Amino acid sequence: MNNDKAPALALANLWVAFTAFLAAALLGLYQVVERSGLFPAIESPAWYFAAVSTHGVLMGFVLTTFMVMGFGYYTATTSLAQPLWNRSLAWLSFWLALVGVLLAAYALLTGQASVLYTFYPPLRAHPIFYIGAVLLIVGSWIWCLEMIMMMITWKRSRPGQPVPLVMFGNVANALMWLWASAGVAAEVLFQLLPWSLGIIDTVDVGLARTLFAWTLHAIVYFWLFPAYIALYTLLPRAAGGRLFSDPMGRVSFIMLMVISVPIGFHHLYMDPFQETGFKLMHMFGTFMVAIPSLLTGFTIIASLEISGRLQGGTGLFGWIGALPWREPLVTAAGLGLLLLAGGGFGGIINASYAMNTLVHNTAWVPGHFHLIFGGTVALIYFGIAYHLWPKLTGRSLRSPGLVLTQLWLWAIGMIVTAVPWHWLGLLGQPRRISSTPYDTPLVAAWQPFETLMVFGALLLSLSAILLFYNLVTSQASGKSNPDTTLAYAEPVHAVLSLPRPLNGFVIWNWILLFWMIAAYGYPIVQFFLLDTYGAFPWNV
Amino acid sequence: MHIDPLERRWIILTLVLMLAITGVLLGYAIAANLHPPSNVETIDSTRLHLTPEFAEDKLGVAKNPDGTLTVTMVAGRYGFYPQHVEVPVATPVTFRIASADVLHGVHVPLTNLSTMIVPGYVSEVTTLFEKTGEYPLLCNEYCGLGHDHMWSRLTVISPQ
Repeated sequence: MNNDKAPALALANLWVAFTAFLAAALLGLYQVVERSGLFPAIESPAWYFAAVSTHGVLMGFVLTTFMVMGFGYYTATTSLAQPLWNRSLAWLSFWLALVGVLLAAYALLTGQASVLYTFYPPLRAHPIFYIGAVLLIVGSWIWCLEMIMMMITWKRSRPGQPVPLVMFGNVANALMWLWASAGVAAEVLFQLLPWSLGIIDTVDVGLARTLFAWTLHAIVYFWLFPAYIALYTLLPRAAGGRLFSDPMGRVSFIMLMVISVPIGFHHLYMDPFQETGFKLMHMFGTFMVAIPSLLTGFTIIASLEISGRLQGGTGLFGWIGALPWREPLVTAAGLGLLLLAGGGFGGIINASYAMNTLVHNTAWVPGHFHLIFGGTVALIYFGIAYHLWPKLTGRSLRSPGLVLTQLWLWAIGMIVTAVPWHWLGLLGQPRRISSTPYDTPLVAAWQPFETLMVFGALLLSLSAILLFYNLVTSQASGKSNPDTTLAYAEPVHAVLSLPRPLNGFVIWNWILLFWMIAAYGYPIVQFFLLDTYGAFPWNV
Repeated sequence: MHIDPLERRWIILTLVLMLAITGVLLGYAIAANLHPPSNVETIDSTRLHLTPEFAEDKLGVAKNPDGTLTVTMVAGRYGFYPQHVEVPVATPVTFRIASADVLHGVHVPLTNLSTMIVPGYVSEVTTLFEKTGEYPLLCNEYCGLGHDHMWSRLTVISPQ
């Protein structure tokens, strides 16, 4: 097929992603066991917080960024049927990001960056940690440029033709990430890095937290985007049917791109330095960003229903059983959507302005994002990997039974882990603790849930190892698969032409610009008007 | 461009649902003045001991002329000071807390008392405890390797 080595580049990116994932998953097991208090011999705050920081960075920044990049390169070249815009630059981006990860990993694993993946100034990490983060972000920016340029060159040679939905999604994600990552990039480049090097003495923690919040909500959509794109453009075909609506996919991608950036203050609800008016404004946006997810749920379930009925399913729910559950992507998506429903419900509570007070920074919050990210996003990443592997490697999956076992183990493990985690939060357990040395009867009430989580984490670790085993053995010794053409789902109603706003992003960038000025303009400028006091660095 | 009638209904339902939820939240925010704790007020966290409000001998519970209470506290690695606070039940209490070092958070489980404590800023939150008893005052934001050990006590007593 295409001879520009996009499969090699995609594979390289995906291997980094899943290697980071395996390491992070095993650290997760250690953390759950350590925190359970059942094995006092392994208790160590230094190890625990180094592990939590590494786990967060590997899962949140490394697995995701490399997955987004690998998925983007491969789907761009196959859907547009054109080579990469600039192959050398794409490889440069890979190596830059990888070197960044290795630098950050050195600081993390030697305990010199136990500041958690959210950085938390005025706790100071080794400068190498921040340099690594910058390299990873710069690598991801090159990927964004590749995506945008590939769409532009394709459109130029085919005026008026609809951009393939999969590519429209990739570019929506690339643009959103350029907007979103500007916040954390500014924090690291202008505050944390010079401050950790001693070039400046203090940082304004309020400004730093505001800049991080700028990135912090949209980043979860950066992670979620490839999963949603796969649901729209790969899943319906894998399920043996058609996509219910192509334009609704575009509408959802546009809404995710525009709405997910100017709403970061729900991460600052409990912080003193932003006024309630801005928090309210960001709350409305936070609820609006649920709309594309609800639209996606409808469109994807409708597409699956079409597939199920085409395969003979009847009755109100009979079509569900008729779906081809042996297809890894179908099982991954089905389980992922189930966890998304639970995680989305919790998310509405977190977003709820005043009600968030009861769960803020309790164990409820990691419980919530492990359902959505560790559950939905990770499961669909696995589904994508299993779906693409035969195309990328030219070899079939070695053991389809083990593939399905791995997906089910992960989903069950995540439910067994995350549900008790929510309960711990409702019972007042703070998040980010390595032990519970408090003198309160609540500690006894927490114990059964922490013990239950150990079993969940064991299932998850087993599943993570199995994923790695499946990918390695398939690539090394799977049966030869001559059909390496990646085919995308056809919509029920073919899209012949589209209104311009649904085939490009110019107007949406302008809307986002004005919304960003309204949402972050004064809240950032205020730090230069107020008489603020910066914070000196502290070691952990 | 084709929009299915069923899809159209779902979009309307989704919009109504989101407007209803945000409407309830906005209603409570306006009618009951129910907001998360915002307080844009700066302070030099390195000089708390020299301020008239957060000097060591000024910390603790103080009664205001209108019968409400103000509790002044300093959060620092690894404790909240004073380490034991006693307040009456069903009385509005305003907590004013400043950090002496890094980022902290305070949460009293099963109550509405929760706020981030950010170096350089003063946190202020007003609440009312509905049940008497002993409560832990927990740090709920990672502040260093001793974070687990950062907690103090709150006693809610019945009025004499």
